[in-house]
Parts: sequence; C-alpha cells; structure tokens
Amino acid sequence: MKRTDSLATLRKVLRYLKRYRLLFVLSLLLAAAIVVLTLYLPVITGDAIDLLLGKDAVDFGALAGLLLRGAIVIGLTALAQWIMNILNNRITFGVVRQLRQDAFTHLQSLPLSYLDRHPVGDIVSRVIADAEQVTDGLLMGFSQLFTGILTILGTLGFMLSMHPLITLWVVLITPLSLFVASFIAKRTHTLFQKQSEIRAEQTALVDEMIGSHKAVVAFSHEDEAMASFDEVNERLEGVARKATFFSSLTNPCTRFVNNLVYAGVALSGALLCLGGGTAALTIGQLSCFLSYANQYTKPFNEISGVITELQNAMTCAGRIFELMEEAPETPDAADAVTLSRDDLNGEVAFDHVDFSYTPERELIRDLNLHLRQGQRVAIVGPTGCGKTTLINLLMRFYEVNGGSVQVSGRDIRTLTRHSLRGCYGMVLQETWLSTGTVRENIAFGRPDASEAEIVAAAKAAHADSFIRRLPQGYDTVLEEDGGALSQGQKQLLCIARVFLCLPPMLILDEATSSIDTRTELKIQNAFAKLMQGRTSFVVAHRLSTIREADLILVMKDGSIIEQGNHKALLAQNGFYAELYRKQFEG
Amino acid sequence: MKIYLRFLREYPRESVLAPLFKLLEACFDLCVPLVVAAMIDRGIGTGDTGFLWKMTLLLVLLAFVGLACSVTAQYFASKAAVGTATRLRRELFAHMQAFTYAQTDRVGTASMITRMTSDINQLQTGINITLRLLLRSPIIVFGAVAMAFTVSVRLAWIFVGVVPLLALVVFGVMLGTIPLYRKVQSRLDRVTAATRENLNGARVVRAFCKEDEEIRRFDGINRAQTALQERTGRLSALMNPLTYVLVNLAVLLIIRQGGFSVAAGTLTQGQVVALVNYMAQILVELVKLANSIFTVTKAVACGKRIGAVLDMPAGQERIADEKPQRTGEAVSFEKVSLTYDGDSAPSLQDITFTALRGQTVGVIGGTGAGKSSLVQLIPRFYEATEGSVRVLGAEVRSYEPATLRGRIGIVPQKAELFRGTIRSNLQWGRKDADDAALWQALEDAQAADFVREKEGQLDAPVEQKGRNFSGGQRQRLTIARALVGQPEILILDDSASALDYATDARLREALRKLPYHPTIFLISQRTASLRACDQILVLEDGRLVGMGTHETLLRDCAVYREIHESQYKGGEEA
Repeated sequence: MKRTDSLATLRKVLRYLKRYRLLFVLSLLLAAAIVVLTLYLPVITGDAIDLLLGKDAVDFGALAGLLLRGAIVIGLTALAQWIMNILNNRITFGVVRQLRQDAFTHLQSLPLSYLDRHPVGDIVSRVIADAEQVTDGLLMGFSQLFTGILTILGTLGFMLSMHPLITLWVVLITPLSLFVASFIAKRTHTLFQKQSEIRAEQTALVDEMIGSHKAVVAFSHEDEAMASFDEVNERLEGVARKATFFSSLTNPCTRFVNNLVYAGVALSGALLCLGGGTAALTIGQLSCFLSYANQYTKPFNEISGVITELQNAMTCAGRIFELMEEAPETPDAADAVTLSRDDLNGEVAFDHVDFSYTPERELIRDLNLHLRQGQRVAIVGPTGCGKTTLINLLMRFYEVNGGSVQVSGRDIRTLTRHSLRGCYGMVLQETWLSTGTVRENIAFGRPDASEAEIVAAAKAAHADSFIRRLPQGYDTVLEEDGGALSQGQKQLLCIARVFLCLPPMLILDEATSSIDTRTELKIQNAFAKLMQGRTSFVVAHRLSTIREADLILVMKDGSIIEQGNHKALLAQNGFYAELYRKQFEG
Repeated sequence: MKIYLRFLREYPRESVLAPLFKLLEACFDLCVPLVVAAMIDRGIGTGDTGFLWKMTLLLVLLAFVGLACSVTAQYFASKAAVGTATRLRRELFAHMQAFTYAQTDRVGTASMITRMTSDINQLQTGINITLRLLLRSPIIVFGAVAMAFTVSVRLAWIFVGVVPLLALVVFGVMLGTIPLYRKVQSRLDRVTAATRENLNGARVVRAFCKEDEEIRRFDGINRAQTALQERTGRLSALMNPLTYVLVNLAVLLIIRQGGFSVAAGTLTQGQVVALVNYMAQILVELVKLANSIFTVTKAVACGKRIGAVLDMPAGQERIADEKPQRTGEAVSFEKVSLTYDGDSAPSLQDITFTALRGQTVGVIGGTGAGKSSLVQLIPRFYEATEGSVRVLGAEVRSYEPATLRGRIGIVPQKAELFRGTIRSNLQWGRKDADDAALWQALEDAQAADFVREKEGQLDAPVEQKGRNFSGGQRQRLTIARALVGQPEILILDDSASALDYATDARLREALRKLPYHPTIFLISQRTASLRACDQILVLEDGRLVGMGTHETLLRDCAVYREIHESQYKGGEEA
C-alpha cells in the first residue's frame, strides 16, 4: 500500500475514533502515566535497598517513607492500568461495532450489480474479520506502539539520569537481540511458506478424498488414496519439523542476548560501585539497572510485532473502506412519486430498452414490449441464458442503459424504488427464507398481517398442511436458509409469502428438477391461482405455461432473440421451434 | 488425551529429553540471582575485583549453557510434536478410509476434514508447547520459591503466601473468561450469519422493501455481541493490575522484612536483591504459563475430538464366507428394512423383490421415498437393519467389500470427479484399463464426443470435483467411470438428470446393447425414462407400493399413475 493511501486510510479510521476522542486521549495519557510510574518503582525499591546497609545500619524511618511511596505508586499504576484497559475495550468494541453497522447499512444501498460481482464470502469477511483486525491491529497496535516507544525513551531517561556509562552499554548491546530475532524470522519465513504450501496440498487431498469419501468407498480406491496421502504427509513432516524448530529458536536466542546484557550490566555496575567518587553507583541503583536491563528488550520485540500487525491492519482497513466507499445505487429522484396501488392499472412497458452488464457485450438492444393488465409473458431459453436479466430490469435491480421501463405509463425511474418493488410479487428459483419462525417468514412482506390472513395465505399456497405437520407448526424456527425443509416446501413458503401481499404484478420462476413431480404440481396450482388477473412474467420450464402465455420471449446467451406467441414462433421455425422439438418431443 | 499419549510413547527419548533440558535451562536461570547476590555481597563488599570478573564469566557461561540446553530441548520437542502429529494424521486418515457410509454420515465429512487439518495442527502446537513451556514455567515458579528458602527461610514465607494468590488471580481470570470468550465467539457467529443471510437474500430483501428492518435487526445482534464483549473485557481487564499489585507489594514486603533481618545481621543486602529478582521471575513465568495453558486446553479439546473419531469402530463385520451359487438371480431383497442411525422412522420397510441377471430395473418415487437407500444396500454401503440382501448368489455380508464392489458399478446422484486427468478418473473403475477400454466406456456413456474435442483428450486435466466440466458432462464421465469396470450390476442413481432427452435416450439405448449384459438399476423421477424397463419398483415413504412393467403399473398402481399423470397432464411433457 502506498504511503498516501495509508495516510488516507488512517484518517478514515481516525474519523471513527472521533466519537471517542476524549476517551482515546485519556487512554494515551494513562498509558504515559503507567510507563513513568512503572519505571519509577525500581528507583524507589533501589533506594530502599540502599538503606539496608548491614547489621544495625538500617534507617527504618526513611525506609518506611520509601515503602509508603512505593505502595502509593503501585496503587496508582494498577488503577491506571485498570481504567486504561476498560477505556480501550470500550473504544475498540465500540469502533468495531460502528464499522460493522455502517458497512451493513451501506450494503443495503449498494447496487445489486456490486453484490452479484462479489462473492458473499468475500464481503462477509470484510464486514466481520477485517473490521475486527482494524480495531485490534490499528487501535491496539497504536496504543502499544505508543507505550513501547515511551517505555524505551523513559528507560533511557531514567538510566541516563543515574549513570550514562552503563546506559551506553545497554543501548549498544540490546539491538543485537533485535538483529538475532529478525535474522531467525527471515530464515524461517521460507520454511513456513513451504510448510503452508504443503499443508494446502494436503488439505486439498483430504478435502477431496474425505469430502467424496462415498465415491472412494464405492470404487475401492482406499489404497491409492492412502498412498498419495502418505507421500504428502511425509514431505510435510520434514518441512514442519524444520519450521517448528527454527522458529522456536527466537526466544532462547533473544533471551541469551538479554542474559549477556545482564552480565555486562552486573559487572560494570559492580565495578562502578567499587570505584567511588562522582561516577560511583549504589547497590540499590545497580539493582535498579538490572531490572531495567531485564525489561529493556521487551518493548523492542513488541514494537517489531506491532509493526507487522499495523501493516496488516492497514490492508484490512483498506478493504473495508473500499467496500464502504463503493458508490450506492442512484438514490430515488427528489421528486420521485410514490406509486399507490390505486394508481396502478397493471400495464408494463419496455420502451426502446438497451441493456448490457459490461460495455463490451451488448445484451438487449431496442426491446419494445407493451403489456396490458393480466397479460402473461413467458421467458424461455436454455439454462444460463440470462433469464434473470429481465427480472433485474423490471425490479430496477439494474438500470437500463437506454430507453425506459414503464409501469402504468410512468418511467420507473420517476418512482420511488420501494413503491415500484411493492407492486411486484416475486418468487425466485433460489428460495430464500430468513432466520425466524415460519409465521414470520410468511408475514415477511406484511409484518402486521393477522393470524387468519397468514393461514389463509399458507392454504392458498398449499403450504398449510405441511406446516401443521412441522414440530411447532407455524412457530417452528427456521435456521439459516430454511434448515430442514425440502426444496419444494421452501418454495411453497415463498409462494405463501407473496400470497399474503397479493401484489398486482408478478415475477415467477418455475420449479426446479430437485422437486418431485407431485409437489411440483402443487406449486403449479399455486402459481396458477396467483397469476389470475395479474400481469406476470414467468421464467418458464413447462409447456403449458409457455403455450398459454400471451407473449413468449426466447433468450439465448443473455439476449432476446425471438418473441411472439407459441404458434407464431413455431411457424417462424427458428431457435424456439428447435428448442421446443428438442425439449418436448424427445 | 489418551490417544496422543499413545503416539507420544513412540517418541520416548524425545518426550523425556525435551522437558529434561528445559528443566536444566530453568535451573541455570535460577542460579543467576544467586550469582548477582554473591557479586554484591562478596565482590563489592570486599572490593574483590577478580571475584567480580570470575562471577561475570560465570554469568556468561550460564547464558551459554542455558542457550545450549534450550536449543536441544526445542529440537526434541519439535521432533516429538511434529512426528506425533504426522503419525496421528496418517492413522486418522486410514481410519476414516475404513468408514462405511453410515459412519461417514454420523461424523459428517465437514467435521472429518476439520479433524484431519486444523484439529491436528492445534494438537501439534499443544504438544510442542507442553514439552517446551508448560514444564518450564512451574519449574521456575517452584524453583524460585525453593531458592528463596535457601536464601532466607523467614522471607521465603512471603513467597509461599504470594504465589498461590498470584495463581488464583491468573487462573481465576482465565477460567472465568474462557467460557465468556466462547459465548462471544458464538455471538459473533450470529453476526456473521446475519450478514451472510442478508447478502444471499439481497433480491428478496429489496423486493419486499425490508432494507431498514434488516438494518435494525443487524443492529440488535451487533449490539448484543458488543455488550457481551465488553462484559468479558471487564473481567480480563483485571488481570494485569491485580498481578502487578500482588508482585510489587510482595517486593516491598520483602524489602521491609528484609530490613529487619539485615539490621539483625542475618541477611545481606545482596541477598535482598536476589529475593527481589526471584519475585520478578515468578510473575513473568506465571503469565507465560497462563497463556500456554490456554493453548494447551484448546489442544486437549482438539485431541478429544480426534480421539472420539478414532475410537469409533470402522468397517463392517463379515459373516462366514459363502460360496456364491450360480443362479439366475442378480439381486434379491427378502423383507428388507433400513433405519438410518439416529432416525426414529425407517427409511425402507419390508422390501421384497428379485432382479434377474440382465434385467433392467426401474426405481421411481417422490423425494425421500427411499430410492437411493434401496440401491445403496446392494453394494452394502449401508447395512440392512432387517431382512437379507443377496447379490450374485450370496448374502452381501459374506463378501469381501472390495470384491463385492468390484462387481458393481455405481453412478451416484452427485456427479463428482477428482483432480487429475480424464484417464486417471476413468481408471478408478478399473486400475489397468487400457485406452481402448476407456474409449469404449466413453462411447457408451455418450461422452466420447466432448472428450475428443478436449485438448489432450484422455489426458485433459480435471479440476477438483470436476469443476471444469458442465453438469451434463460430469454425469456422463461418472457413467463412463462405472462402465470401465464392466460391472455385472450397474446402478444409475438419477444420474441422467442433466442430460437432454435425446442424449438420455441414446444413453439408455447404448446401455441396453452392452455386450456383457449387466443387470441395470435405473432410478428416475420420470416415468418416461423407465418405460422400457423389465420391472419397475414404485416406492412411497419407504414402502414398495407397486412392482411390474410400465403398462401393468399404469393399470394397477395408483401412486405410479399419479406420478405419470402429473408429468403428462400438466403440460404433455415427455
């Protein structure tokens, strides 16, 4: 990431901090106080130790004073630590919550073209994992960095004030431990990379052989699977052992350097204690130095860890802000009309519509349709021919590139999206149910519906009988994506959902092959009941639907290649005629 | 737990030497404060510069020896940990390979994969940490207390008082937060689920204009998670300040009580410094201990999960060898019932039928009627709960599984291919099949045309699960895979659903003409595909409600008629 980008990202994160700026400043002040107090304590204990000169040479009065001062320092430090921890929690958890909320809210206004282009897993990981990483890494990282630098400076200051010469010794040798640590990290990096490569290879193999275990058993392929597994497993052992060993050297090695520093401080300090004069050192000061020497490398190690963490967090922040800055749908026009049901006459028109998902590939060119109340359009074509494109335009999920789509004679862009979408009832092939009870799902479009209305809708959709057979009937809680319901049952619920709203226009997608034919018949009946008197668009698979349609749109590779009614299209003897023969005459 | 101890036992030297060297290192670490005390008391006290140099040399020496010990320990620890994980992984994989369908169902492939990958990796880390750190920390803590006693018995009692208090704080906070963290995690899972659900249903949400309500719902879930997180945070926020207070107050106490001893002449200044150093060491190690225990408890949980899978018996029992008789019967079911593990209702009930060699048997019925269950009993993928299944003249349970399955070709509902080439996939059917045999199978499966168009033909690459082929191509390749073995019984479990009618018809024609005349079981949703079968089994709710030819069933079997009519009346769809 470039520096300017990083700065921009950082500014955005700071915007989120704004609400907490007082707490944040307080937290930093506390951190500074903690550092100073923590470093001051060894000075007090050092002074106290200096009072313990020997037999009958202990100044208990002075000692008591020092100890009291020590106790106060300890109490203050602990209090400051506690408050700081609480503040930091409040800030980080608050910021991550806000980030997620904003991201989620923004998702609701993003155009479907964005959602269609990005895998769900990717967006979810931005909202969940990246947001967490940002607060953990960036906020805590910042606070740790601050404490770390302050500790280093503070330690230097305290040491210098006591004895410059030993300080020099500490300052010169300590970087060695950093050097050792980074040396090892560099060496192990390639090993770890190799390890994760082989691990990935093994996971892929396991994924395949265990994931498709039934096929492995069916073909008695177990021995071959075992042989390939063994081969990878042995390679993994070799690399993993090296990687684990070399990476575990970091601690002993830095500890070793630290021990050398310690020995050096002990020797030089002791010699200075002997020396006398102005350069002399007391034993208490020596003990104080020793405790500094012990702690001095710690912030260095922490800082190097924090820096990688920070970089990582910046990348994550970049990803989540990228999502949040994605341009939302063009908002409803300021003078957009709210179409009420009374204004509707069921007319839908496509007027010289041009549309394409990408500029390179033109899909729909100059499409003209005019439907009167109650007319039915069947959309036909092989799988993957882009039948959803029309749905996208009707519901204004996507915007036309040219021309206009009209409802009751009005360009849909002059209407509010909500009122437009409220005119349509939609049942898609990929059934989607929300987590909640069956009742809540049926009442999805009209949460205020009465119990009688809900049951009536379920009955109309032929769903009532199976719902009553569920363990808790209408109160059965459906887990994510409908849980234990069969595909057909889910579709019936989706139909019931539409029945409750009874919108004047319909968009339907006919049943899939995963439903047995008798459930399919129920769905057909429910669809037929729904369509009575309503202008409807049906992605059709069944001959009856197609033949009874007022207009058939034949789609191929995303574009509409033929249109007309059944007879006209057969007479035309083109793609539709061919499709018809292939599909229905066997 | 038991399980990985068993594997650890295969590394006796490593698992003893690693902690032993850690112990040595810890002992050397514990000597350091004593050396410093000697420097202060004797070196500085008497002005003996030579002694100071000697002691410093000793410190350097201790540092070196400590490093050597530690490196040795790490070496053995990583060897034992990685070795154990490797063996365990192999054993687990082999064990899972021996699972039957029922066992696979019980565990679930997703968790089988988790056991194999992340669980074992966690366990490896756990073993490594146990051997390296878990033993070092208690040694240092108790060692420091012991050393304190050698310095001053009177002052050592302060250690005895403080260490349990420290342990109480460290472990208390940890034990208190672990279940809370778990809850936080499950709340977070809810936030994740809500996001995913919303994205998956974006069209529906917008069609019903529910955006604002979704935002409100998310806000509720999100806030609940944050609230719990803060509660957890408040508890863990206590750890640092409390330990800091305890340790440092103890230090002050040591100095104060030490003051009395020094004044009495029973303790030297250097010894007080040594005691203060020991106290500092204890804190560092306790925090490390707490962290490593966290890792180790996670590893133990993973180990338990792995153990549970390993403890599950795998494989099927065989009854005594039965010499297959030469009969004209290919498959016969005698009052067969099947109840899946954990189900209360049977999926198949009282099924009796006989299929003769060379016959084509159709199986039809609604979703969940038991069609797949029925055919999966033939290669003994599942065990009949009651009744007997005889295949090719012998009870299925008398066969060596590989022998039985070698004579049966099955095309599962889900067309799955494996990474490799078309050739390597087809050879699953018969390992030594030559190109001519493979092409013949492809021809019969109506797959030869598109394979010929592929670059590399038989050697064309196949990606995981066969992603680089269309649904229809995958189905035809899995049919070819089953045909390569020239099976005596061929089972097609609704495996032509993605084929268009013409191809489906050609396929059925080719199967009828196979020179080795296999007995064919054909599952289908559509009566049209079964019209030519010698015999059709009609299933409803696990029961056989009709058996006969298309014509007799149309006449006699209400369920069959209903299915047939639902496919014809609605749209004259064939």
